[in-house]
Amino acid sequence: MRNLLALWLFCVAAASYAVVETYEFSDEAHRKRYQELIEELRCPKCQNQNLADSNSPIAADLRRELYRMIEQGDGDAEIKHFMVKRYGNFILYKPPVDKNTLVLWGLPFLLGLFALLFVILLRRRQNRADLPPLSAAERRRLAGILQQYR
Amino acid sequence: MARLKLFIPLIIFVVLAGVFWSVLQRGDYDPQALPSALIGQSVPAFSLPVLESDKTVTDKDLLGQVYLLNVWATWCITCRVEHPHLNELAQQGVRIVGLNYKDERAKALEWLNKLGTPYQFNIFDAEGKLGLDLGVYGAPETYLVDKQGIIQQKFVGMVDETVWREKLKPLYDQLSKP
Repeated sequence: MRNLLALWLFCVAAASYAVVETYEFSDEAHRKRYQELIEELRCPKCQNQNLADSNSPIAADLRRELYRMIEQGDGDAEIKHFMVKRYGNFILYKPPVDKNTLVLWGLPFLLGLFALLFVILLRRRQNRADLPPLSAAERRRLAGILQQYR
Repeated sequence: MARLKLFIPLIIFVVLAGVFWSVLQRGDYDPQALPSALIGQSVPAFSLPVLESDKTVTDKDLLGQVYLLNVWATWCITCRVEHPHLNELAQQGVRIVGLNYKDERAKALEWLNKLGTPYQFNIFDAEGKLGLDLGVYGAPETYLVDKQGIIQQKFVGMVDETVWREKLKPLYDQLSKP
């Protein structure tokens, strides 16, 4: 239990290390939205980091811009539009569904469907009753084996 | 048949490896490449100081000519390597406007004094405001802008002889035709 707690603390500490600057928000809701958005927006300079994780200068600039827009009262849609206008859909970890992202969004459902089909086929085969019934000798042997383990 | 099933993972692996390998072989695959959202759009409106003087320049002042907008800074090492190539282009008569991005004025001026200037002039964007509006995410970046102020092409990374010849020059020449 104590080890688990230590591990948890370690992880949390590492996560809060990532972002250096701190912003004071006028509203608790603003702070929450800021946290959510820096998790969801991708750093344009990095291969696979969000704004929260990255310490590149461009990520710092975008966090500052994000803070400014949130405090100014801009909505999430407006903020995302602002980012996409400059950096394209690359910056969104949840890009809109279009012909480029159809595979990305569709694949999980497709794979889920396959899995379901697979399970159904498997169940069908198990339930098939086309095995020949046991002969009298086999039944006696089976009873003997079961007797052993009783 | 049951034996064959054992090979399914191997088959999947081979197919995937084949796909990945063929993409890598193509040569134009660059995971860092970020499709610019600004191609086909106007240079964002701005009003910023000129690096070399105390004048102010706006997006309107740049209309009427085809030019390269080159984003650079003294802290950018690749820009330093790129600089001689730009000098050469300028000598060939290519119009280049500099965007000095998140830099210090004194350092930038010293750099130009020492290395020569390929730029008609430099926009001094100390806070990176125009850089942000342009979707700059690293220097150097080079934009090809037409007479109407529309961004026609963007290249991220160092513009050298090959990049110029293959990626920028054809369009530059075509746009420059009267």
